[in-house]
Amino acid sequence: MAQFDIIVVGGGHAGVETAAVGARMGLRVALVTFDPATVGAMSCNPAIGGLGKGHLVREVDALDGVIGRAADAGAIHYRMLNRSKGSAVWGPRVQADRHLFQRSVHEQLARLPSLMILRGEAAALRFDGERVVGVDLADGTALAAKKVVLCTGTFLGGVLYRGEVRQEGGRVGENAAQRLADQMRAAELPMARLKTGTPPRLDGRTIDWARLEEQPSDGEGWTMSSLSPGRSNPQVFCAITRTNRASHDIIRANLDRSPLFSGAIAGQGPRYCPSIEDKIHRFGDREGHQVFLEPEGLGTHLVYPNGISTSLPEDVQLAMLRSMDGLGSVEMVVPGYAVEYDHIDPRALSRDLQVRAMPGLYCAGQINGTTGYEEAAAQGLVAGLHAAADVLERDPPALDRANSYIAVMVDDLTLHGVSEPYRMLTSRAEYRLRLRAANADTRLTPLGISAGCVGSERADWFERRQERLERARGALAQTLAPRDLAAAGAAVEPHGPHRTIGEWLQHHSVEPESLESFMAEDWDWHDPVITEAVEDAAYAPYLARQEAELRDLRANDHVRLAADFPYADVAGLSNEMIERLLRARPDTLAAAARVPGITPAALAALLVRARRFESCAA
Amino acid sequence: MTDTIFALSSGAPPCAIAVLRISGPDAGDALAALAGPLPEPRRASLRTLRDGEGGVLDHALVLWFPGSKTATGEDCAEIHCHGGRAVIAVIERALSEIAGLRRAEAGEFTRRAFANGVLDLAEAEGLGDLLAAETELQRQAATRAFAGTISRQAETWRDRVLGLGAQVEAVLDFSDEDDVEDLPDAFYLEVDALRSQMAEWLGRPPLERLRDGVRVVLAGPPNSGKSSLFNALVRDSAAIISPVAGTTRDAIERPVALNGVPLVLVDTAGLRDDSEDAIERIGIERAGAQLARADLVLWLGAEGEGPAGSIEIAARSDAVDFSAKREASHTVSVVTGSGMAELESAVADAAREILPKPGEAALNARQRTLVREASQALSAIDREQDFLAMGEELRLARKAFDSLLGRASTEDMLDTLFGRFCIGK
Repeated sequence: MAQFDIIVVGGGHAGVETAAVGARMGLRVALVTFDPATVGAMSCNPAIGGLGKGHLVREVDALDGVIGRAADAGAIHYRMLNRSKGSAVWGPRVQADRHLFQRSVHEQLARLPSLMILRGEAAALRFDGERVVGVDLADGTALAAKKVVLCTGTFLGGVLYRGEVRQEGGRVGENAAQRLADQMRAAELPMARLKTGTPPRLDGRTIDWARLEEQPSDGEGWTMSSLSPGRSNPQVFCAITRTNRASHDIIRANLDRSPLFSGAIAGQGPRYCPSIEDKIHRFGDREGHQVFLEPEGLGTHLVYPNGISTSLPEDVQLAMLRSMDGLGSVEMVVPGYAVEYDHIDPRALSRDLQVRAMPGLYCAGQINGTTGYEEAAAQGLVAGLHAAADVLERDPPALDRANSYIAVMVDDLTLHGVSEPYRMLTSRAEYRLRLRAANADTRLTPLGISAGCVGSERADWFERRQERLERARGALAQTLAPRDLAAAGAAVEPHGPHRTIGEWLQHHSVEPESLESFMAEDWDWHDPVITEAVEDAAYAPYLARQEAELRDLRANDHVRLAADFPYADVAGLSNEMIERLLRARPDTLAAAARVPGITPAALAALLVRARRFESCAA
Repeated sequence: MTDTIFALSSGAPPCAIAVLRISGPDAGDALAALAGPLPEPRRASLRTLRDGEGGVLDHALVLWFPGSKTATGEDCAEIHCHGGRAVIAVIERALSEIAGLRRAEAGEFTRRAFANGVLDLAEAEGLGDLLAAETELQRQAATRAFAGTISRQAETWRDRVLGLGAQVEAVLDFSDEDDVEDLPDAFYLEVDALRSQMAEWLGRPPLERLRDGVRVVLAGPPNSGKSSLFNALVRDSAAIISPVAGTTRDAIERPVALNGVPLVLVDTAGLRDDSEDAIERIGIERAGAQLARADLVLWLGAEGEGPAGSIEIAARSDAVDFSAKREASHTVSVVTGSGMAELESAVADAAREILPKPGEAALNARQRTLVREASQALSAIDREQDFLAMGEELRLARKAFDSLLGRASTEDMLDTLFGRFCIGK
């Protein structure tokens, strides 16, 4: 029987990162997929990044992942969302050409010698007692592994809806997946149902672009990956149109034909990404909703109308489209549809994304109730990193809510579970002032280097960058008398206290230009390394205020709650709290504090019990 | 292992009946050790209490409350014994000799009730104050906090801060969508409205004044009759009186209730600049410190020389060398009693002004700190600011209310956000 360290089932964005990180750490990895040609495919909107999501891409990149470099290789439109806001919420986003993106993924994987891509259909898990020890393929081949990671997207109970049309099956062939699905169900993992939707695809040649407002690529030089050499592809523009009264009337008149409203779909859809019929139903007073027309690639005429995901019948979709400006004679190539699918309640996973009831088995991506390539990629990285670290008997990197969006997501998923497809938002990260997309390398690459998941190219680059960052920080730490600053033209009170340059920059009245004469010859305020040091200084007072909070958090993280912690015996917990804690099984007191509905009083009771439990065990 | 604690939980002895409470895992054993087999739960039973050697301590009513549905959430027992000091002392000693039992620290019963989830934080604080309440006014204010006035107010503030936070988060996370615009004027108006409402609450007299009493300081030069007046007001001879200037060297405090208003009367060393006595000089310094903490000052010195806002008192109206004040608020004699009743009711009235009004809820020290934190966070918001910094200030305000109420809220904020805006492409 073929032996591997890690078997990854599924070649989407989660599977790619899982397999790649295992191989980067030197392990023998098999990626099992129906069709190796589909590895790294973008199944929905060909855009990578965005608010919160851009952070995830940069973090995966900082740990030497695949998605950032692939995004740059495919990018045909760059935009820094939220540019006018504070830098911690800037959201780098690109439109990527599907083929170029996928080609880059294939090239990156091909450079990993210990990774093998196997064509096959994973039919069942192999067990040794409770422990998962491999996979049986549909053709009868048996594969053995120390770890198995499922990155299978929506393979469980997927149903596709468009108007009155209903079609079984996600992207995975029913028969082969059936045994696997049965095994998962037999393990009595908690499952729930979600829905997601997609808009129709348009033929770009039938759009009257001239009538529409253009949104060009931003013309700046930044890239998604720190290691990308620059922007390599021709850049295209997007356009903006709107729904209007006529479109709303069409939708309203046909609401009863939408499976969302006829009751056919019961699963909860995402509140932040509602279908157009949902928008009309819930916010009917609005005059119109913006629709971004995004070209899908350089070699295709397909256009993705972002903002009108729908499961209305085909004829209604076309009528609605044609009521919009610029789309009067548009042709629809593929109509939009909704998919309803089962996912695992991620509270059944521990924070390494391992299934608590089936040791050796990990789950990452949409199967855990998330949506989006970036969320999937980040989970794939986490699952792969932990699985590999466990095989190698190393400590996994210490990711927490104060150092990464990745940890925020894993923490939210495993403690809160999901009630709608989970998408990253900056509002989810309470310490987001320290989690900028632009400082992901500084935050995470050192952790990745110690974990052994960062290749030498990035490690060398990082070392050089770190030296420059230290120099920049040193330069900002020089103290400056206000009278010298005033003499250089800054609007400051000349008799105030001396401050460091970093502190001066926190004042609205001090423009970097007025400090020019105090900086070295080659100092460039636009250099990303220098920008990072300046931003650190700008947010320093806020970060200082968070220190006490973080100390509490980390102290509570040291209070371990054992896997068999007897919540039911703790006096003072309500039945509801006990049930939530048993589902989420937080591993520390800090994690317990984040389980919804857990009050400080309950925490105090848990703390007392935890101490007693420890002293009994000792 | 949790200790079992006990304490006298009725008022100070001597009294007719004293109540001793025991709480913790050994409460049942402790009660059995003193009073024999445990009575039926929650039923009073008359027992003879005996110490370890079998000596009779008292005849008392005992009650047994097995946990967890008790006041502290633990096993509890109560002993209702005779209220003489000696009886209480021997029973306390017998309890303290039982292994695993110790005297409770202040507030420990309440703390256990809180830790065991019997009370929420605001309720626990209300109960703590209720237990400490001695006068009627105090009891009323404590009852209001207990009934949740403070919680309800904080809940309202928290909801409004959540609403503000949701607006900022919408701008930050969904700004590229046309449904979300920059913050409207209404946002800043709401920030101001909230801030001034909190300022109004922070401006109210603190709850501790009810519990600890309004501080009324008697001050003036040596030998102006402060100690005599002090003794007359506390109806005791706590302060030594002599014709020697500088007899009172340290500040003396006595809690007293005048017309049902709780006060702390403070007698101080006479203020003079020329004292040779090192101890008296320290006393004078302390008198200065007392003046700084005073809520009301009764000034017995020369007219107009006391701290601003003092009540001018012309004391010793019976004395031969009495010098009247031109605009004295009160002219009194502790010897004849003349003017004393008027002074007492005037001090009580003035103190009542300083206390939280009946019917008005007051914040205690912890609640004030948290409301102040929230209010400071809101004050840091201005139109020029980075939205991100604004979001952080609102997060801190929300966190303050969360700790006031014992809640957690990132999810609540997101619910508010999604409930209000049409967002998502």
